[in-house]
Amino acid sequence: MSEITAGAHTPAPAAGGDERLARISGLTRILQRPELGALMGAIFVFVLFAITDSTENHLWLTQTGLAAWSQQAAFFGIMAVPVGLLMIAGEFDLSAGVMTGVTAIVMGLIINNWHWNAWLAILGTIVFAIIVGLVNGVVVVTTRLPSFIVTLATFFILRGLSVGGVLNVNHGSTQVTLDNPNAPGMASVHKVFGSSFGVSSALPSGYQTSILWFVAVTIVATWVLSRTTFGNWIFASGGDANAARNVGVPVNRTKMMMFLATALSAALVGVISFAQASSAVSEQGVGYEFYYIIAAVVGGCFLTGGYGSAIGAAIGACIIGMAFEGVIYSGWDSSWDFAFLGVILLLAVLVNTFVYRRALRARR
Amino acid sequence: MTATEVEARPPLLEARDVCKYFGNVNALEDVSLAVHAGEVTCVLGDNGAGKSTLIKLLSGVFTPDSGQLLIDGETVELSGPRAARHHGISTVFQDLATVPLMSIWRNFFLGSEPTRGRGPFQRLDLKRAKGITREELLKMGIDVRDPNQTVGTLSGGERQAVAISRAVYFGARVLILDEPTSALGVKQSGIVLRYVLQARERGIGVIFITHNPHHAYPVGDRFVILNRGRLMHSAPKAEISREDLVQMMAGGAELEELAHELENIAPAP
Repeated sequence: MSEITAGAHTPAPAAGGDERLARISGLTRILQRPELGALMGAIFVFVLFAITDSTENHLWLTQTGLAAWSQQAAFFGIMAVPVGLLMIAGEFDLSAGVMTGVTAIVMGLIINNWHWNAWLAILGTIVFAIIVGLVNGVVVVTTRLPSFIVTLATFFILRGLSVGGVLNVNHGSTQVTLDNPNAPGMASVHKVFGSSFGVSSALPSGYQTSILWFVAVTIVATWVLSRTTFGNWIFASGGDANAARNVGVPVNRTKMMMFLATALSAALVGVISFAQASSAVSEQGVGYEFYYIIAAVVGGCFLTGGYGSAIGAAIGACIIGMAFEGVIYSGWDSSWDFAFLGVILLLAVLVNTFVYRRALRARR
Repeated sequence: MTATEVEARPPLLEARDVCKYFGNVNALEDVSLAVHAGEVTCVLGDNGAGKSTLIKLLSGVFTPDSGQLLIDGETVELSGPRAARHHGISTVFQDLATVPLMSIWRNFFLGSEPTRGRGPFQRLDLKRAKGITREELLKMGIDVRDPNQTVGTLSGGERQAVAISRAVYFGARVLILDEPTSALGVKQSGIVLRYVLQARERGIGVIFITHNPHHAYPVGDRFVILNRGRLMHSAPKAEISREDLVQMMAGGAELEELAHELENIAPAP
């Protein structure tokens, strides 16, 4: 990012300089980038599966492989990026996983039961997400309880609702399937959220449009975090909320906005998955919150807040996508997915700790 | 005529007989002090003397239970830290001044970020922010080659410098420094004391809170000594010597008694 390069263009220090400040070496600067660990990990994982690829035509290195893992990456990344930003702001959202399923169910139920236009159903889903995001945010900032506990509670409430509530209004089935395949608006919704692009003879099924949403979310998040006032507040809220308040940063509002952004991104994933499959099932998305946190941590976001990057979280999501798909391409037993992710997480945390120490290394 | 009556202009910030009670504890009773432009008023006192309570009154965190605050000779009621800042009163708290994991320039402009562009394209003016940060810190005599460095990589004295120069840049007329040297070594303390003098040279009224008379005496123009929530002594530099200051800070008679006791416990070999 230009943040590192910009320093190189500042004029040379005045003659004599301040001998108390040691020169920051280029290496240290690179090592201080939060994305470093993730980028190295991504390259490692990609190369690993390129070597172990056991498909007939070495598909991993073709568009087929790319389309497969990038689609998985998008599925996790659209959430990992806002979850990462929320972590930088110093908070957790354990309800993020179940929210991606619940929002898909909400959209399906609105279309099936109320016969709304699909676009209006998306609007309704957004309103639902705003309510959940606000509840998470308001409870956390007003009670000052750890968000880990508060969102764990919302997680279980939503999980219960997604089973019990759905059984109640969905004719005793936990599967919500689109009753009318030609429901108004559904065709265009499918085009925007659930179809594919880049179809060619080499890749007959094309790339999922969700990949474009993933890229868009990452670009917007990166812009907000590194180039806007609000981004500065996100860093400060997680870095040292008291110091931030002392200089007039609205810490509570910043955290609330991030809970809201996380819930809205969950709605986006919900809409995408419903548009793709025309169905949703109870407890869909349960457990995914950990993938988001893994992606964010692998991407250099600190569990303790105050440091990290959106691009890093996106790269973390790519690693997870590659891990899930690569295991298939290598013909390994997919039960090893979890062990693989665990190792990646551990390595990433070790790199992060190293970065953290360097970032805070004081010369007294 | 006393010295204060000679002053042509009213003090930038003045506290008159302020009191603060917490339940039945008199944290502060009838304390008065004033700071003029280009002057350093040192507030000294041991732990529990009421220094923190006094800062919080002056910076708008607490409101006095009785007595008044005057800014430019006019009575004001500070509704909060924001109101105090609005009046040009900036407080640099010892440990709560900067965010260690953020870069120097992000810290410098935190809460008052310069932007360019409009609407959704409104963005931080990185070039300006970094340039001003460098410039302002240079004015304090500190040369940061790279404003992208995290504040965590700076020494304690340099962190105080960032907080002080930030307060000065954002129009502080009165700078309240809460124990800026207490966590620092001898050398770093010297650097911070230099920043205090630099702020004074720029016409800012500085209130310097410390429990170290050796740090206070060289930079102070006026000394206010608190003891158990009360004003023990208040004098301009001309009327007080370093020895008096040390004596009063140490609790005078109490220290002599302590010295005696210690001698008895550990007889000379």
